[in-house]
Amino acid sequence: MSERGPEREGPERVGHATRGLAWEEPLLFERSREGRAGAALPALDVPEVDLARELPGGVRDDVPGLPELSEVEVVRHFTRLSTWNAAVDLGLYPLGSCTMKYNPKLNERAARLPGFALTHPLQPADAVQGLLALMHRLEAWLAEISGMDAVSLQPAAGAQGELAGIMMIRAYHERRGERRRKVLVPESAHGTNPASAALNGYDVVAVPAGEDGVLHPATVAAAMDEGVAALMVTNPNTLGIFERHIGAVCDVVHAKGGLVYGDGANLNAMLGVTRPGDQGIDVMHFNLHKTFSTPHGGGGPGAGPVGVKAALAPFLPVPVVREGRDGRYALSEDVPHTIGRLHGHHGNVGMLVRAYAYIRSLGPDGLRRCSEMAVLNANYLLARLRARWHVPFDQPVMHECVLSDRALAETGVTTIDVAKRLIDYGYHPPTIYFPLVVHGALMIEPTESETPEELDRFAAALEAIEEEARRDPERVRSAPHRTRHARLDETRAARHPVLRWQPDGSSSSS
Amino acid sequence: MLARVGAPSVAALFECVPEKLRLDRPLSLPAAGSEQEVLAELEELAARNEHAGAAAWFLGAGTYHHFVPSAVDALVSRGEFYTAYTPYQAEISQGTLQAIFEWQTMCCALTGLDVANASMYDGASATAEAALMAMRVTRRRKVLASAGLHPHYRRVLATYLGGLDAELVDLPRAASGATAPPGARVDRDTACVVVQQPSFLGAVEDLPALADAAHAAGALLVATTTEALSLALLPAPGACGADIACGEAQSFGVPMSFGGPHLGFLAARGAHVRQLPGRLVGATQDASGRRGFVLTLSTREQHIRRERATSNICTNQGLCLLMATIYLALLGRRGLRRLAEINVAKARYARARFAEAGLRLPLTAPFFHELPVVPRAGAAEALARAREAGIVAGLDLAPYAPDLAGALLVCTTELATRAQIDRLAEALAA
Repeated sequence: MSERGPEREGPERVGHATRGLAWEEPLLFERSREGRAGAALPALDVPEVDLARELPGGVRDDVPGLPELSEVEVVRHFTRLSTWNAAVDLGLYPLGSCTMKYNPKLNERAARLPGFALTHPLQPADAVQGLLALMHRLEAWLAEISGMDAVSLQPAAGAQGELAGIMMIRAYHERRGERRRKVLVPESAHGTNPASAALNGYDVVAVPAGEDGVLHPATVAAAMDEGVAALMVTNPNTLGIFERHIGAVCDVVHAKGGLVYGDGANLNAMLGVTRPGDQGIDVMHFNLHKTFSTPHGGGGPGAGPVGVKAALAPFLPVPVVREGRDGRYALSEDVPHTIGRLHGHHGNVGMLVRAYAYIRSLGPDGLRRCSEMAVLNANYLLARLRARWHVPFDQPVMHECVLSDRALAETGVTTIDVAKRLIDYGYHPPTIYFPLVVHGALMIEPTESETPEELDRFAAALEAIEEEARRDPERVRSAPHRTRHARLDETRAARHPVLRWQPDGSSSSS
Repeated sequence: MLARVGAPSVAALFECVPEKLRLDRPLSLPAAGSEQEVLAELEELAARNEHAGAAAWFLGAGTYHHFVPSAVDALVSRGEFYTAYTPYQAEISQGTLQAIFEWQTMCCALTGLDVANASMYDGASATAEAALMAMRVTRRRKVLASAGLHPHYRRVLATYLGGLDAELVDLPRAASGATAPPGARVDRDTACVVVQQPSFLGAVEDLPALADAAHAAGALLVATTTEALSLALLPAPGACGADIACGEAQSFGVPMSFGGPHLGFLAARGAHVRQLPGRLVGATQDASGRRGFVLTLSTREQHIRRERATSNICTNQGLCLLMATIYLALLGRRGLRRLAEINVAKARYARARFAEAGLRLPLTAPFFHELPVVPRAGAAEALARAREAGIVAGLDLAPYAPDLAGALLVCTTELATRAQIDRLAEALAA
């Protein structure tokens, strides 16, 4: 790798990424040496067995694809890998719609308590009363926060919560003897919304927003008929704008017998301020890894509990946690028209423990304060950035704001370049090219976790990049310059897929 | 900050919310607690659960109590890993991306298949997604499920198929405990045969025979597992003719944690890669020719393809995948194979002790580390008595396999000592 020269402006001046040692690290398989091991196994305290007799279908001699490394090599390998990641613990990670807030360390400690981490999902209820109590309380708290009547904690992620919600909607209509075929989805929706509807055999009908970026009752009415099972809506929407006609939109859907699904990805804007259940939403999911501070884990595990109004409670996934008259908790399959099971057991319970810790730590005032600060931070960034960046739907926002690359059109610099250049300033880029309704979108969600100084630094970085794009566009177009790797070739990866390492070196191309 | 925004107060920021939709009261939730108070409350809740750290543990049935080397938790506790998200921005996510690529490689080695994805939610949803994938590949609508499938997996499969034009048909179990030959049940409408290896009852299935039966009708064989450790010892599903191998890899360093978060995995033949659900990482180069890794073939996925995607999955089980990758790196090529052998040996010792004690062993099929046994006092009574002696003796099979009512499903991992197995045999014979 060539030495990357220092810059006297740009990142040197604005951001707080600096130079340091960066370690090289091959793949595990390239480090492997015959005969090494990273874990000593206990001596066998029972007789050895004749495998050929015990397993007449044959046994493998070996798993040749697994590496052989000592413990210190494994520890160094993964520690070095970790240094190549951006993370919330390292800095602002303003990935819009993902709510990359700080993950309190208490949560991690709590989830590792042996009474949680070493419990088995098929233990009898009387052996896990603490866990069932925790789940029962968390259900009640999520219901209160959202204004829904009942909650299932089972879905493992937001998209599985959507799947559960749409299944309940389908079961609800079928129970009423109606076979509805369509689901309405706004053009600005997350891709999981249409995908979840399709997994239920529904036809997806896109609904446009108005020029002001929000859904209008008349547009929904035009698409609405007795063949529509549901409208899926995200509020605030993916432009960060509150759907101010949400009440009337829900009325339009309900008038034709449809239901309204609420995508809870953006709940962080509304805690203690307004509740989906009061807005007219019938079913929704929560993203505990977004709103309730459970870590994102490099791509999960998340947790996607689903909340419903009373009319849909008979369709909830099983089992459900029930509290008996004696104050003891039980797991019950007694849900009359249940859609069934979505998870092998009770969902991502370790994440439920973390979300419980978070809600208990913040309380009602703290949760409201969290949304207030998230909204203030997003509006502050928008106010600072508006002067130099094009804001496609310029109005007060909730927890996130969306810029476009239109103002840079004559420079040849596009959103992907801006994102990659932000990396040089020490920031994880925002969500890019989403929502699809904005050309070259940069979707920025600062969350409540950031200080004003940090927001100022981030805004200054975006301002500096805008300036660079005019003065030295090639510098921006060829970013990032300060990372281990220059821009990686995604087209090559897709055209010539190399999806595993092979000993003949077919995956090592450097 | 407010001055810059041009708002007189924080409350004014919420004027975009119609007044009648605003909550006019505080949320009815417990008041905030300090870290000390919240931890004490959670410790009290945790103390009300019996757990595997404080008992002789023989309960498996799809979720397994294995030893986890200390390095696994130390490494996944690095904030650089667990406070990152899906590696969309490759240049600052190479740590996560390389680890996923390493997982994909090891998953292929274990399953004997060509491509593996970057995880599913759990073994049950991985099995359901595998069946949906087989339906897309074959353009057929019938799914045959072996009676050896974990009953919860069977239920999740039914839930996932419920909204589609699909038919779920059960394949019965033979007296040995293994799946009976499917015969004419596999037909030209059949997309796949789904079989669990080893079965819910611990039996080792004849995958090559089931693969032949499926392939003869143009259907795929989906081999799922709840015990990924078995992949280190039993012949690789890919080598046995399975077209898709999937299931649960919780055994690779992931805590039981009351059933989740765990690690669903899914691997397939290279020819079917475009129908694979979930994320994939591929190797590529940067502008200066250095190797690096990126998310790839994403035109299969919901954020690009929307309602025509192969699945709706977005967030998966990334950190659990990292746990498993570290675990496999530590155990390694020889260690994992030997660990599987230790599990098998413990179960043979348990079987010998049960037989000596005159207990009935209802199945005859070869097994891995789990088997049904009929305690003298009846299943429920034996469980209760063993529990008083600090032994979690297994699973009462009555609700899951009515023909085996009276039997317990008993599992021995490397954590079961000879002395504990002796105590278990005594307790079940009492």
